[in-house]
Amino acid sequence: MRYVALLIGFIVGDAQADRVVPPSGFTARLTSFSAGAMAFLACFALALSVSSGRLAERWANELAQSLTIRISAPADQLVLQTQAALAVLRTTPGIASARPLSDEEQRALLAPWFGGALPVETLAIPQLIDVVEDPGGALDVGGLRFRLQAEAPGAIVDDHSRFRRPLVAAAGRLRGMSILSLVLIAASMAVMVTLAASAALAANRPVIEVLRQVGARDGYIAQAFTRRFTLRALSGAAIGTIAGMIAVALLPSTDAAGGFLTDLGFRGLGWLMPAMIPLLAAAVAFAATRFAALRTLGTMS
Amino acid sequence: MSRQKKWDGKQVIELDKVAYSYGGGELLCDLSLNLPAGSFHFLTGPSGAGKTTFLKLLYGDLLATAGQVRIGGLDTRAMSRDQIALIRRKIGVVPQQTQFLDHLRISENIALPLLVSGRDAGSARENLDGLLAWVGLTSHKDAYPPQLSGGERQRAALARAVIMSPEVILADEPTGNIDWEMSQRILKLLVELNRMGKTVMIATHDLALIRASKAQVQARVLRITNRRVQLAGADL
Repeated sequence: MRYVALLIGFIVGDAQADRVVPPSGFTARLTSFSAGAMAFLACFALALSVSSGRLAERWANELAQSLTIRISAPADQLVLQTQAALAVLRTTPGIASARPLSDEEQRALLAPWFGGALPVETLAIPQLIDVVEDPGGALDVGGLRFRLQAEAPGAIVDDHSRFRRPLVAAAGRLRGMSILSLVLIAASMAVMVTLAASAALAANRPVIEVLRQVGARDGYIAQAFTRRFTLRALSGAAIGTIAGMIAVALLPSTDAAGGFLTDLGFRGLGWLMPAMIPLLAAAVAFAATRFAALRTLGTMS
Repeated sequence: MSRQKKWDGKQVIELDKVAYSYGGGELLCDLSLNLPAGSFHFLTGPSGAGKTTFLKLLYGDLLATAGQVRIGGLDTRAMSRDQIALIRRKIGVVPQQTQFLDHLRISENIALPLLVSGRDAGSARENLDGLLAWVGLTSHKDAYPPQLSGGERQRAALARAVIMSPEVILADEPTGNIDWEMSQRILKLLVELNRMGKTVMIATHDLALIRASKAQVQARVLRITNRRVQLAGADL
C-alpha cells in the first residue's frame, strides 16, 4: 500500500513544485517522440512474440498428436498388411483413432506434384494410415514400431518429429528474437531519455543553482525533472502504443490469406498486453531520468 | 520568529584556521573568525581579493581545503549535501549576481524557499505580502524577473533571502550596480533585519556605504588583504 501511495503521489505530483522546472520544448518533444516511436515498435515486437509463441505451440500440438503409418508392400499383400496394422493399432494404448486414407485423399496429397487426374489405384504407391493419439494417453512409439514390424513388415511409423523439431525450434528462436527486440527497444529508449534529461539538466544549470541556493535538496530537484520526463514518456508511449495496436489490427487476417505472416497480432485478452508498454516506458524513463539527474547533480556540487 | 530549530550557542558561524585553494593556488588562508548571533559585519577588500569566496565558505557553497568552517556547530566538510541544503534554509544569501527563475513571477521567486522546504502554505505564505511591501515591490509582484531594474532585483533577492526568517543574512555586493539612493534603501533594510536579531554580513568594496552605515548600526569591518582577513582600522 505504501508503494501504491508513493506511486499515486508521484503521478499526481505537486503542481507548484513542478513549476520550478521551466518548460523545455525541444527535450520535451524529443522524449515524447522517442517514447512514442519505441512504443510503436514495441507493439510490433510484442505481437511477433505472441504470434510466434502461438505458432510454436500450434505446430507442436498439431504434429505431436498425430502419426502417419506408411505401408509399403507388394500389391497382393498391401490390403492384408494394412488390416494387420489397423488391428495392431486398435489394441495399442494411447491411440484415439486410426484409419487408412482413401484413394481420393491420397490423390489429393499427390496432386501438387502429379496433377488431380492421377490414377492412384493403378500405381504401386504405399497405403497411408492416419493415426490420432489420445491426448490423455501415453503412446509408446518404439513399442508400436516393434509390434508393427512383426505383424506388418512393410509398415513404417512416422511420428513427424523430424518435421516438428526444426519448426518448433524456429518458432522458439523467432520468439526469442522478438523478446530480445523488446529489450533492445527498452534499452534504446533509456539511452534517449537519459540524453534528453541530461541535456535538459545542463540547460537548466542556472535553475538548479538557484534552487540549491534557496535550500532545495538534490532529491527535490531530481524529482522535479524525473516526474516531468516520466509523464512525457508515459504520454508519448501511450500514443505510440495506440497507433501500434491500430496498425496491428489493420494487418490482413488469417481468413483473408492464410499463413503465419497474416496471423500476426493479438487475440482475445491478448489485446490487453500492449497496455503494459506505456507503463514499462514510464518505468524506464523514471529510472533513466533519476540516474541522469542524480549523476548530473553530483557533478555540480 | 522562525519555526525552524534555532542554532545553539552564541557563535552561529565559526572559522578555525580555514584555507581555500583552487587550481593549485591558495586564495584564502589562515582565516579564524567568529560571527556572534545578532552581529553586523562588513567584509571589504579590493576586487578579486576573495570576498565572494569567503561568503561561499560561510554557507557551504564552497568547502574549506584546510581548517574548519562550523555552522551552528557543525563542520561543513562533514555534512552531506542534504544537510547543507537544510543549512541554507537558515542562511539567507543575496548573491552578487542575482539569479531568479525567469519563468516565474517575482512573488513566486520570493516564495521559492518556502516551496522547496515544503512550507508553501499557511502563515508562512501570508508573510509574502508583508515582505513585498517591506522591500517596496508590491506593485511588481506579478512581474517577471527580466522586467525588473537592478535595484528591484536586489530588493527581490533580499526578500527571497529573508522569507524563511533565517538566522544569518549574507549579502554579496548588494549595492554593486545601483544608485546611491537605492543603496541606502537596501542598507536600511539590512540594518532593520539586524535589529530583529539577525546576524548580517555584507561584502562590499564600497567604502562610502560602510561609512554611511556608522550612524545606523554598530558594525565590525573586516578586510581581506594578502589572502587573510583582518579587522579594519579607523582609516575607514
